[in-house]
Amino acid sequence: MALSCAERAATPALSEFSREGAQMTTTDDTDVSSPPRASISARNLRTDRWMRGPVLTVIGITAWVAYATFRVFYQGDYWAADYHYLTPFYSPCISDGCIPDSAHFGRILPDHPLIPYAALSLPFLLAFRLTCYYYRKAYYRSFWLSPPACAVPDGHARYTGETRFPLILQNFHRYFFYAAFLISVINTYDAILAFQSPAGFGFGLGNLVLVANVVLLWCYTLGCHSCRHVMGGRLRHFSKNPIRYRLWSFVTVLNNRHMMWAWITLASLALTDFYVMAVASGMIADLRFIN
Amino acid sequence: MSTRTFRVWRGDADGGDFAEFEVEVNEGEVILDVIHRIQAEQAPDLAVRWNCKAGKCGSCSAEVNGMPRLMCMTRMNLFDEGEDVTVTPLRTFPVVRDLVCDVSFNYEKAREMPAFKPPAGVKPGDYRMQQVDVERSQEFRKCIECFLCQNTCHVVRDHEENKPPFSGPRMFIRAAELDMHPLDARDDRQDMAQDEQGLGYCNITKCCTEVCPENIHITDNAIIPMKERVAGDRYDPLVWLGRKIFRKGKKGERA
Repeated sequence: MALSCAERAATPALSEFSREGAQMTTTDDTDVSSPPRASISARNLRTDRWMRGPVLTVIGITAWVAYATFRVFYQGDYWAADYHYLTPFYSPCISDGCIPDSAHFGRILPDHPLIPYAALSLPFLLAFRLTCYYYRKAYYRSFWLSPPACAVPDGHARYTGETRFPLILQNFHRYFFYAAFLISVINTYDAILAFQSPAGFGFGLGNLVLVANVVLLWCYTLGCHSCRHVMGGRLRHFSKNPIRYRLWSFVTVLNNRHMMWAWITLASLALTDFYVMAVASGMIADLRFIN
Repeated sequence: MSTRTFRVWRGDADGGDFAEFEVEVNEGEVILDVIHRIQAEQAPDLAVRWNCKAGKCGSCSAEVNGMPRLMCMTRMNLFDEGEDVTVTPLRTFPVVRDLVCDVSFNYEKAREMPAFKPPAGVKPGDYRMQQVDVERSQEFRKCIECFLCQNTCHVVRDHEENKPPFSGPRMFIRAAELDMHPLDARDDRQDMAQDEQGLGYCNITKCCTEVCPENIHITDNAIIPMKERVAGDRYDPLVWLGRKIFRKGKKGERA
């Protein structure tokens, strides 16, 4: 039964926000506190293979983290001097231990086995992915089981979501986006420099790998939800901001495939690093097209 | 035509159990057709809520083999030959009887949502806006209020104690719809989303989007943009600094 305006204004359940503007809302007087739900003993009744997604996510992310950790602290075979290939895991290389030619931005950090050579960029990249809206879904579901799948009970007795420390820090995602944007610029610079080897201009398969990796990184970085917001998500009138609307539309196209870019770039980063490591260590010779 | 086994939960707030039915299934039928056949031939007192049979009224929400679905839009050929089909009421809301739930939680939350507020001096009928400006809001108007998203959201599904502070995805798209509306005059919808509706409880696991029969991008187009707006309003020191320097109000100019 609909209430009159005066009755609505006096309803104690209404908040300070809703009292002012509830005059066009239909109402119901029932209380939120619930009588029993259907008594079904099974915790979930799904018959499909809902475990597959979380399991694959755990395997994929664990494998990647293991490989990346090994490579970051390996501190070797990151620079193919003959072709100026620098792996993205060591970019920018700013440690005193970096090979001088690979350190495009100076060597300002002490050389220590526990300090990654790219210690300036890696924490931000890690934080960018940790706070990414897609990865949040992935690890909340697969590692934290909150919930592991839709309509499957989550694995925790209490739940406060992202309302408290430390998960409230997820709101800083946009700052890590800004950092990731700058790091993508540096990765692009590295990929361009790699066309200039000691023998002059030239390019080979390694250049294609570096460039492809950079393009994919841009697709992931620019498709970020925070980037979408920055470009125009906050606007109410796209018609008054046609350029920002175009930018927002472009980012929206990338954003629609954000999960895909997230996984592709994990793979491309590892493959690029592995290729550079293989060339730098002499395991394989770079396939050269020019010079 | 074939015969299938249906396990339908029957009972009320005092308890219940699964009842098993061997029932005829014909090509092209949906779950609701079969439920109606059970009702017509074997269990005339089976309670089921339905109306349009076209996926537009949102009445026949239930859980089929554990997944929240509209019974009228779930085709039988989705299931393997010989696979038993289990139908239960929505498990997040109090049961009334058999497949019928009391979904008044959602109406209570809807009542707390301030309605559209027109700009000062503009009368109904004089609203003018461009299509490009209302497109985002229009996506959310597709909502048929089946409450599948509310039902599958683990924040309240698995934690009854979160019902008072959390309004759920259906209300978040309403908040986004109005906050993005080119003519809505309220500027406190982000505060309300965060403080009153419990936007921070959402951890973006996207089950609401997965079960939406209208394919509304609830998470990507409503919840995350609202989270980003709140982040800009509350957690972004650069925005705060910009407001101080350019002496803008708390919300600044809404372009």
